[in-house]
Parts: sequence; structure tokens; C-alpha cells
Amino acid sequence: MKIRKRNVQQWAGFFILRLAALVIVFILVFILYDIISKGHRVISWEFLLEKPRRGMTEGGIWPAIVGTFWVSLVTIVFSVPIGMFTAIYLNEYARQGRIVRLIRLAIRNLSGVPSIVYGLFGFALFTLYLNLGLSIISTGMTLGLLTLPWTITASEEALKTVPMSYREGALALGATKWQTIRSNVLPYAVPGMLTGTILGLARAAGETAPILFTGVAFFWPILPKFPVNLTQQFMALPYHLFIMSTQHHEIVKVRPLAYGTALVLIVLIIFMNTVAVWIRYRFRKKYKRA
Amino acid sequence: MRDEDVFQRNQRMQLLSKITRTVKFRRLKEKVIESFFFINGSFAVIVLVGIFSLLLIEGFPALQEIGFKEFFLSSNWNPTSPVREAYGILAMVVSTLMVTLGALIIAVPLGIACAAYLADVAGPRTREIVKPVIEILAGIPSVVVGFIGIIVVGPLLSRLFGTSHGLNALNGSLLLAVMALPTIVSISEDAIISVPREFKNASLALGATRWQTLIRVTLPSASSGIIASVMLGMGRAIGETMTVLMATGNAPALPSSFLESVRTMTATIAIELGETVQGGIHYRSLFVIGFVLFIMTFFVNLISDVILEKYQKVNR
Repeated sequence: MKIRKRNVQQWAGFFILRLAALVIVFILVFILYDIISKGHRVISWEFLLEKPRRGMTEGGIWPAIVGTFWVSLVTIVFSVPIGMFTAIYLNEYARQGRIVRLIRLAIRNLSGVPSIVYGLFGFALFTLYLNLGLSIISTGMTLGLLTLPWTITASEEALKTVPMSYREGALALGATKWQTIRSNVLPYAVPGMLTGTILGLARAAGETAPILFTGVAFFWPILPKFPVNLTQQFMALPYHLFIMSTQHHEIVKVRPLAYGTALVLIVLIIFMNTVAVWIRYRFRKKYKRA
Repeated sequence: MRDEDVFQRNQRMQLLSKITRTVKFRRLKEKVIESFFFINGSFAVIVLVGIFSLLLIEGFPALQEIGFKEFFLSSNWNPTSPVREAYGILAMVVSTLMVTLGALIIAVPLGIACAAYLADVAGPRTREIVKPVIEILAGIPSVVVGFIGIIVVGPLLSRLFGTSHGLNALNGSLLLAVMALPTIVSISEDAIISVPREFKNASLALGATRWQTLIRVTLPSASSGIIASVMLGMGRAIGETMTVLMATGNAPALPSSFLESVRTMTATIAIELGETVQGGIHYRSLFVIGFVLFIMTFFVNLISDVILEKYQKVNR
């Protein structure tokens, strides 16, 4: 009898846990379903490749896509080298001690700094102090700082997966530390670093709060042309979604366009995530064979 | 000594000095490379200190002008008043804490339950489905979550509670819960998984059911990791901007219930910075708000850090 009661208790308990997991799955499915089902109607080549028209009640989102692309590029150029080098220092060179603890503490705390604070910092530092103005480059660098902790952590994870014996082999043959790292560590860690970088970038591409003050524009149809002018303002997908859903004067009329923008943004981010995970998967498979 | 020997000796000496030179050069090169990486490594510290000091430098004059007491203890925020400008942040601090608390009340039980399910109950195939779901959820941009808040959650709440609109603290809490869930689930799950197998086996061997083992042995053993995950989720919720900006209605007053519109610290910065005069009190006071946010999240993260470090040591 008692055993039966205990079994019922266990069944009920596990049922609640299962329910919790289901709720979370449901939240995601609901968000995706809502946006896909209402957003796909406005998706067309015209929507993707044209500029907004008539006070943004018609037309497309091409400038926002281009703007997000250029900002992301600056973000990568700025944050990836520093992130990689920091990870190399922490994982390959540094001896455990106070300095390393301090650096790690700083990295962890940077990843917890609210994005809007990065926005304030980027605005004060890049646009005002360094006089870069409201521009793609200020924004890219702000987002670069924001992604820095993620890039470092991901690069370090990648370096950690390279077996110690790879290093020992090179060192035993008389290679210097740098030679060892260059020839026997980095080639195996780069795919992992790439995965982390893309994941970080996917998050940066969806950020709105940090770019509010550094140059994103309500409406900016002039696209950057080659040679790229990075000192101009730009449009960005997440900000476009923000104004289309809260600031536009004909909010109900542009709702379908907002849905379309949300869909493009989500598809872009999920695509980047998938690519990153795919690279990691391929890399692991190759590793097992080696 | 024969000539030949002298010749050989000279040659050897030459070779030796050449090698020494190469080695010396190599050592120098290695040193330079190492310093290069070290400088890069210290960049993170520089950025953190930079953020701290810049916020302080930009904000401090405003704090001096307004006065600590008024700034922190007054709930009257009206920087554009033509009569008398007021800079009291109490209302938005309370709003931030309230929305965060609401989010945690929703997200903590849900997140821990889901983590326990993934770590202890679910089969490998279910895990393979649910884990990517959590990852994708973590990747959904806050502006999209805010959009859902306006379009779906808002009308739903207004119909449920009979209010004129659904842009209120409850809406913000619900959305922030969604934003904090992935953090709570993934870190709690790690903590639950890393509870030593022996603990569970001992409990099971004594005749406890899996459920009893989970509740009385596994979860308590993982409690420090779980608490750390909650703190991290809290840090995220405090600092989240776009969702609350879009979904809470942004009425700058001391809130008295979850069905009222509130305006958090992050939202205030986002709304007002663009309209301020650079260098003015209003502009500087927004930097002080940023500084307060920075300090709040700093301590929340520090606490979770200390807890995590401790529990990693215990488990080792």
C-alpha cells in the first residue's frame, strides 16, 4: 500500500517536471509560430530588397539588412582578434595566480553588464570622446565590447579541447611555445573559436539597447557603398522592429511589416546559430577520427 | 696543435655562437609574443575599469548638484519640468526590482523543474529535443520578445484583468521570465548533473524512490549551483532593456500593483538619453542611473560567482 502511494507520488512529481519542460517548449513554439504565421505573408523579394517608402508604411527593409551586416562586420573585426588573443594568453601562457583570477573576474563581470550600460559607455567613449560620431563604426565597436566576454569564453573552450599531448609533442621536439601554439594548437582550435564567434555575433545582431545612442537611425536610405563609409548612420533590423512596433504613427497599418521584420531577424539569428552548431558538429566528428 | 684541429675548433666556436644568437633571438621573440598576448589579456580588465570610471566621471557632477538624498530617496522624476526639475530615481529602482521579482517568481520554479527534468528524468532523446529549444530561446532577441509582449501578452492581460491596456509590470515580468529562463535552466541543469552519482545511488539503495532521491538528495546537493543560476537570471532581468521598454507602459511613478504601468531604470535611460543636452544635469543623471545599474548587476554577478566557485571546489 505504502509502495503504491510512493509510486503515485513519484508519478505526480515527474508529471509536474515534465509539464514545466513542456511549458518552456510551448513558449518557444508559440513565439515562432506567431511570428512565422503572420510574418511570412509580407515576405517577398520586394520586401527584402527595397527601401521603405511613404513614411515607412510600404516598401522593404533592405537598408536595415545592409546596416546590420556592416555593423556585424565591424563587430567581428574588433572583437574576434582581441577575444582570441586573450583566450590564448589565459589558456596557453598565463600561470594560475592573482592576475589570471583578476582577468577572469573581469570577463565574467563584463558578461553581466547590462546592454544599455554598454550603450552609455559606447556613446560616451566612441561617439563623444573619440569623436567617431553617430556611425556604423561606433556601433560596431560598442557591440564588439559587448561580445568580447563571449568570444573569449568560446575561444578558451576551443583551446581547452585540444589535447595536452599535441602541445607536448611539439615542445619535446624543441619547438618554442609560440611555434607550438601556431602549428599544433591553433589549427585544431580555430573551428571551435569560429563556432563561438558566430554564436556571439548572432546575439549581437539582435541587440537593440546598446545601439540606440551610437548611430542607428529611424530612416536612413543611403546605403554604404564601396569604398565603405563607416562614419555614416545606418538602419538596423532590431531597431527597425522596435520603431515599427512602438514609435510609428500608423502602428496598426505597419503591423504586418513589423511581423515581417521580426521574421527576418529571427530567421537570420537561427540561421547563424545553425551554421555555428554545424561547424562544431563537423569539427567534433573530424576530431574523433584523428 | 695541428692546423686542422685549430680550424675545426674555430668552426665549432662559430657554429656555437650562431646557435646562441639564434636562441637568444628566439627567446626575445617569445618574450615579445608573450607580452603581446598579456596586453590583450588585460584588455578585459581595462574595459571593466573603463566602464566603471567613465560612468562615474560622466555622472558624478549631477549627483553633486542634485544631492545623494534627493537622488536616491525621492520618487519624483521630472527632468523636463518647466517649473522645477526633479531627479529622484526611487520609483524606477522599485519598478526594476518589482518587475525582476515578478520574473523570478515565474521563472525560478519553472526553470528548476525543467532543469531537474532534463538532468534526472528525461531520456536522451527528449533531452536532444529540449536542449536546443532552450538554446534557441536564449537566442531570441529581446526586441522580438518585447514585440510579442505588445501584440500577444498585452491584449491577453487586458482581457483577463479588464484593464484598458495590458502594458504593465505583470507583462514585463512575464517577458523577463522568458528571458531569464534559459540561463536558469542551463546552469541549474549543469549543477544537478554534476551531483556525484554515489549520492543518488546511496539514497536509491536505501529504498528511496527516484522522486524522493531527487527532492531530498540531488536538489539539495545542487542547491548552490541552482542559487547561482537564479542570481545570474536575476542579473539578466535587472539589466534587460528592450522587453521592459516595450511592454511595461513606461509610466514614471511609484507602482502599487503589478497591473500598473511602470518604468524601469533601463527604460528611462533608453527613452531619455536621446533627448538630453550633452553635459547637462539630465544627461549626467542618466549616467548615474547607468552607474547604479552597473553596481547592482556587478554585485548580483559577484555573489553568483562566489557561490559557483565554492561549489566547484566542493565537487572536486
